[in-house]
Amino acid sequence: MTRVKTWLESWPVYRQLTGSDPLGRGTAARSKATEAVVSRTATADRVVKSVCPYCAVGCAQNVYVKDEQIVQIEGDPDSPINRGRLCPKGSASKQLVTSPSRTTTVKYRRPFGTEWEDLELDTAMEMIADRVLEARRKGWQDEDAGYRVNRTMGIASLGGATLDNEENYLMKKLYSALGAIQIENQARI
Amino acid sequence: MPGLGASFGRGGATNFLEDLSNADCIVIEGSNMAECHPVGFQWVMEAKARGAKIIHIDPRFTRTSAVADLHVPLRIGTDIAFLGGLIRYVLDNDLYFRDYVVAYTNAAALVGEDFVDVEDLDGLFSGYDAENRMYDEDSWAYEPANPPESSADDPAEAAEQEQLDDAPAVRESDQAQAAGSGGPPIPSKPKRDETLQHPRSVFQVLKRHFARYTPEMVSEVCGIEPAVFEQVAKWVTSNSGRERTTAWVYSVGWTQHSVGAQYIRTASILQTLLGNIGRPGGGILALRGHASIQGSTDVPTLFNLLPGYLPMPHAMQHSTLDEYCADAAGKAGFWGNKRDYMVSLLKAWFGDAAQPENDFGFDWLPKINGDHSSYRTIADMIEGKVSGYFLVGENPTVGHPNGRMNRFGLANLDWLVVRDLQMIESATFWKEGPELETGEMSPDTIGTEVFFMPAATHVEKDGTFTQTQRLLQWRHKAVEPPNDARSDLWFFFHLGRILRERLKDSTDPRDQALLRMTWDYPLHGETRDPDADAVLREINGTGPDGQPLSSYMQMKDDGSTSGGCWIYTGVYADGVNQAARRKPGSEQGTVASEWGWAWPLNRRMLYNRASADPDGKPWSERKKYVWWDEAAGEWTGVDVPDFEKNKRPDYVPPEGARAQDALAGDDPFVMQGDGKAWLYAPAGLVDGPLPTHYEPVESVVENAFYGTQASPTVERIDGPWNRENPSRSEVFPFQVTTYRLTEHHTAGAMSRTLPYLSELQPEFFVEVSPELAALRGLTHNDYATLVSARSAIEAKVLVTERVRPIKLRDGRVVHQIGMPYHWSYGGLSTGDSANDLLGIALDANTHIQEDKVSTADIVPGRRPRGPELLEFVEAYRRRAGVASGRVGVNGRDPVEASAGEGSTQ
Amino acid sequence: MTSISSASPGLAGNDPSNRLFGPLPDVSADAGYVEEHPARVGFFTDTSVCIGCKACEVACKEWNTLPMDDSHGVRDAMGMSGMSYDNTGMLGANSWRHVAFVEQTRTVDLPMPTFGRPGDDRQGSGPSPMTPGDGVSLADAQQSSVLNAEALSEFDPQTGQSGADKQIRWLMSSDVCKHCTHAGCLDVCPTGALFRTEFGTVVVQGDICNGCGYCVPACPYGVIDQRKDDGRVFKCTMCYDRLTDGLQPACATACPTQSIQFGDLDELQARADARLATLKGQGVETARLYGRDENDGVGGAGAFFLLLDEPEVYGLPPDPVVTTRDVPAMWKAAAQGAALIIGVAVSAVLGSRKR
Repeated sequence: MTRVKTWLESWPVYRQLTGSDPLGRGTAARSKATEAVVSRTATADRVVKSVCPYCAVGCAQNVYVKDEQIVQIEGDPDSPINRGRLCPKGSASKQLVTSPSRTTTVKYRRPFGTEWEDLELDTAMEMIADRVLEARRKGWQDEDAGYRVNRTMGIASLGGATLDNEENYLMKKLYSALGAIQIENQARI
Repeated sequence: MPGLGASFGRGGATNFLEDLSNADCIVIEGSNMAECHPVGFQWVMEAKARGAKIIHIDPRFTRTSAVADLHVPLRIGTDIAFLGGLIRYVLDNDLYFRDYVVAYTNAAALVGEDFVDVEDLDGLFSGYDAENRMYDEDSWAYEPANPPESSADDPAEAAEQEQLDDAPAVRESDQAQAAGSGGPPIPSKPKRDETLQHPRSVFQVLKRHFARYTPEMVSEVCGIEPAVFEQVAKWVTSNSGRERTTAWVYSVGWTQHSVGAQYIRTASILQTLLGNIGRPGGGILALRGHASIQGSTDVPTLFNLLPGYLPMPHAMQHSTLDEYCADAAGKAGFWGNKRDYMVSLLKAWFGDAAQPENDFGFDWLPKINGDHSSYRTIADMIEGKVSGYFLVGENPTVGHPNGRMNRFGLANLDWLVVRDLQMIESATFWKEGPELETGEMSPDTIGTEVFFMPAATHVEKDGTFTQTQRLLQWRHKAVEPPNDARSDLWFFFHLGRILRERLKDSTDPRDQALLRMTWDYPLHGETRDPDADAVLREINGTGPDGQPLSSYMQMKDDGSTSGGCWIYTGVYADGVNQAARRKPGSEQGTVASEWGWAWPLNRRMLYNRASADPDGKPWSERKKYVWWDEAAGEWTGVDVPDFEKNKRPDYVPPEGARAQDALAGDDPFVMQGDGKAWLYAPAGLVDGPLPTHYEPVESVVENAFYGTQASPTVERIDGPWNRENPSRSEVFPFQVTTYRLTEHHTAGAMSRTLPYLSELQPEFFVEVSPELAALRGLTHNDYATLVSARSAIEAKVLVTERVRPIKLRDGRVVHQIGMPYHWSYGGLSTGDSANDLLGIALDANTHIQEDKVSTADIVPGRRPRGPELLEFVEAYRRRAGVASGRVGVNGRDPVEASAGEGSTQ
Repeated sequence: MTSISSASPGLAGNDPSNRLFGPLPDVSADAGYVEEHPARVGFFTDTSVCIGCKACEVACKEWNTLPMDDSHGVRDAMGMSGMSYDNTGMLGANSWRHVAFVEQTRTVDLPMPTFGRPGDDRQGSGPSPMTPGDGVSLADAQQSSVLNAEALSEFDPQTGQSGADKQIRWLMSSDVCKHCTHAGCLDVCPTGALFRTEFGTVVVQGDICNGCGYCVPACPYGVIDQRKDDGRVFKCTMCYDRLTDGLQPACATACPTQSIQFGDLDELQARADARLATLKGQGVETARLYGRDENDGVGGAGAFFLLLDEPEVYGLPPDPVVTTRDVPAMWKAAAQGAALIIGVAVSAVLGSRKR
């Protein structure tokens, strides 16, 4: 009989007719899922502090991680700049990670090729290194118009301005050591 | 940022976003802040709620205008006329902040006798070389305080003079951005007239220069009613002075012009005259458009800069470290320590291999000797001069003007590495580019080998961004990137590692830099990801004890200190990653000094010494910020003083003082050689010491001020793939401007690929007025075709009164077309690319393109397809008298191409 | 066995305690939350500070993992609507926040009025004639523009003097479910899928809804909507899950200018009254609150608005009335039949269970 009663109490009409919600519009109508509701920020394993990658306001973000997956990104209310708020792009920034069209494996197009091909990451790195050395050699100048320049005109680079400072730093250092000078950034644009 | 750099000494926003809430009036001009920086805009709304006037000056009525008190719909490309009018209004009505101007600016300096203004040369300054389209800046110099011969008494100065005399002429533009932190060097202190009455005083030169910028002239050139100009002038001047401050906000609506740096100069002059620099609620806030644009110039991947705005060594000037540092020797201001900064950088890069005997490895650095900027490089690619290209989070075939030219460049490479999150158009041009349809290229003619290397998102790596107010904020890695995706730090570290392994036995001198550079960073995890924290430590620099430096003042030129970017020194002060600090804003004041870390030395407002009067007292109680505490013998306030902490306000430099010691206690602009804000720029800009109104390169209007139509120094890149629309052409009768929408991000790789953003602005469209729609028979929400000498594109039409025709005094009507530029063929939300319509013409100061204003024709209906498109555009060129835009295969020269591989001709 | 209550006003045929119409001070208690329950919460959307960024739309979709929009009604594919910058079109099963964009312009008679506080320089009503262009008539062009010509008659710009000769207003307003005091959707729901939460909000329970769709026409605002490939109905939950964890709804959390404010309803109402007074003081006479009045047709809304023009201009019904206002009378007739059906159902289910 206890079992029947428990079961009965889970039935909305029973609760409606016997409880404080005679119209069945509130407590009597609450479903199992509703009783179990919990926000996914509360069940996240950890919150990681980050910064929005779109414009340069620099909105601080809280990144919620569950089972090594990003489950939510929202504004960090502690930030004195954005005070927890985000624009539509910042609010959508989780989709940068989860976008169905994101390409996460190396793709290779051979000269005069008509389709992409797959390539191992390590192989690609070695191939790029080969090409860097060759292009550097091809474009090398010890002098130009009588002045010592010690550089290569064979390699150019253009970075976006969503690069980290640390990344820009290593890039400029490596390129300079290679003698590459046509090194540019979105910041020019 | 030579506009700000030449005016104040540093190329960064002078104030910070939160400080906007202290303003009594905010002028947003050259920026659509509500749409492009919506979250930062909360501080404008906060100021408005407190009663501040909000003025939006913009050709279009935007979401920013919608909440402003006044919208000023000026004609595209006429901001210098408008701001010049305000400068004249301020000078004529004695509304400048006299005490501030006399003490803190170069108003009293005398300009040399050789200087001739544009008023007397019909739009040209003295020193113009018509053949090379550039200026010799010698005649713009100050009249020196001491006669030139006496400088020989000072050995340092004499040596420097010799260096400068010996050095061959180098186009200043290749170094102009060196003014990013440290004003341009000036040979000596000027003679001064504190009464400002001398006819050659900067103040009087300024008065004469802007005399013709009357309200009537402003009205005629900008196409606005005089009453509107008057209203802006009243609001701005009545909200400036001791008690009140006005802030100016700009963005790429200013920089992307052929005279962009001079736009910013004009605002700098105005804000300086009004006494609004270095004070709360004032300043000039440069809003950057990307997460780390500021960082990408501070720690630059730019051809003409080394970290910290040290110039890239120039082949004709800098064959040794001594020559490189010559312009700073004996100089006043913090730029006088250039050698300390440079030697520390070389130590950071080359470690123990950098020794005094080898000039600390200076000779290993490659040298520049011209314009090696991105657009020039594209032309070089088409000419087959470049073998390989790295695109690292950049999508130039959509985001740069003249997409077709960009695609031709990529099609002529040996190899291309694209690092991105999505398969962007710059990676797929060989497969899906529009030129395949027109027959100008096809996969079997394109030899470019393409590597697509997947990148990590912002939550998949550690590192810092430097946002719009010079603030570095550390991001912690949340998750590992999937599959082959890696951070750019990983990619470049491991590429460097492999290259060094390949060359490890080389004795070739050209390989020594690579082999000797420091390249040891801790590696983490399965993917061996380099430690970004260690890189940040290297950027910060270390002292002789190996401990992190806390200030660039500790740097030495003897090799005992290292530091990869001197202006970032202090970010790792006390061995703590200061950029990772996150003390809640609610537990701090508005300055919030313990959130992240700002360069320089965590100063949030630049030049804040100017918030106090020459005696060190706040100008007013209402606007107090930093002041001299006599009892404590130091500067104090709500922010870190942008001044030597213990330098008294009455300090007068002794004879022979150098660097910061040569600056007086009332010289707030500590990076300038004279400690002053520059109303007149005797050096640092290639197109003139004062801003002058020129029409854009492509304009439908004649320059009403001078016979010189457009900037005489504009840079062009000629070729069949970059034809220019003639000015005042009936064939291209309408002005076009490009811009962003809130719902998208630049070239679209980070928005057109996201479902939630794509659906909000799902199609490429252009905005036209009802009048233009009537004139051309355009139908709302139907297609129209836009044509230029570059290409033709189609877009949906949004007819709106927010875009308005400008009526000029002679009765002519200038129609303006608005064109957001986010689209291309890839992603979820697609359309033609606005940038395919635009040509490339550059501001010679910055090598930045003029894409905020161009001309075009617009006709109803969709554009022709395939080869017909080429003929359609070519017919326009013929009618306009423009040379042919026909190209050979892959954009190469037609003759060469006819003999080349894969030619069909 | 527990006795069956006969207190239902519906069954009794009258509504003395405003359970279906009129002011109701404690909606949660009425829904059975008799013991201590949280204060009723709501949204105050102040459209005078909205910048139309649509962060609310995205933050909502992101949190609630909604599919891409297909609720335009006219087409399912993505495409430009032509309604200014609004490509969402309306609230729907996949769009629980919707920002409306309304463009209004009026030519100002020259010479310029003197400047003063915003709104001080209001001119007489009515559009002024403009010079027609060549060829096609201007009237035709205006017809096809996004201009909202009707609004010109009553023009009271809070802002937006554009130049000297034209006043432009670009109204933006983020719409949402009103979480009515008397919610028609909830009253007609036959399965108990819709329910009133302890916070006083109205929420659909996806594990109960069977897609009957009765609620759709019952909403006087046209908010609740069926998802086509699913059949069930969806609408704003005011982020019920977040509320249970003490967080604010996603839209209000994101909103850059605090146009969307979340909080205890009585506090929001006081804030809105003060804001209205400020705007009136600045001469913005067309400012008004919408959904604030507990004597309106839905007993006042849990999500209410400060508007700068007539509700119709924003696509809101001027005088919404809960569709179940007359239900008590109808119920009286149907009561016996209903009771019989319930009784049969109870015994049938109990019977089947015992077997």
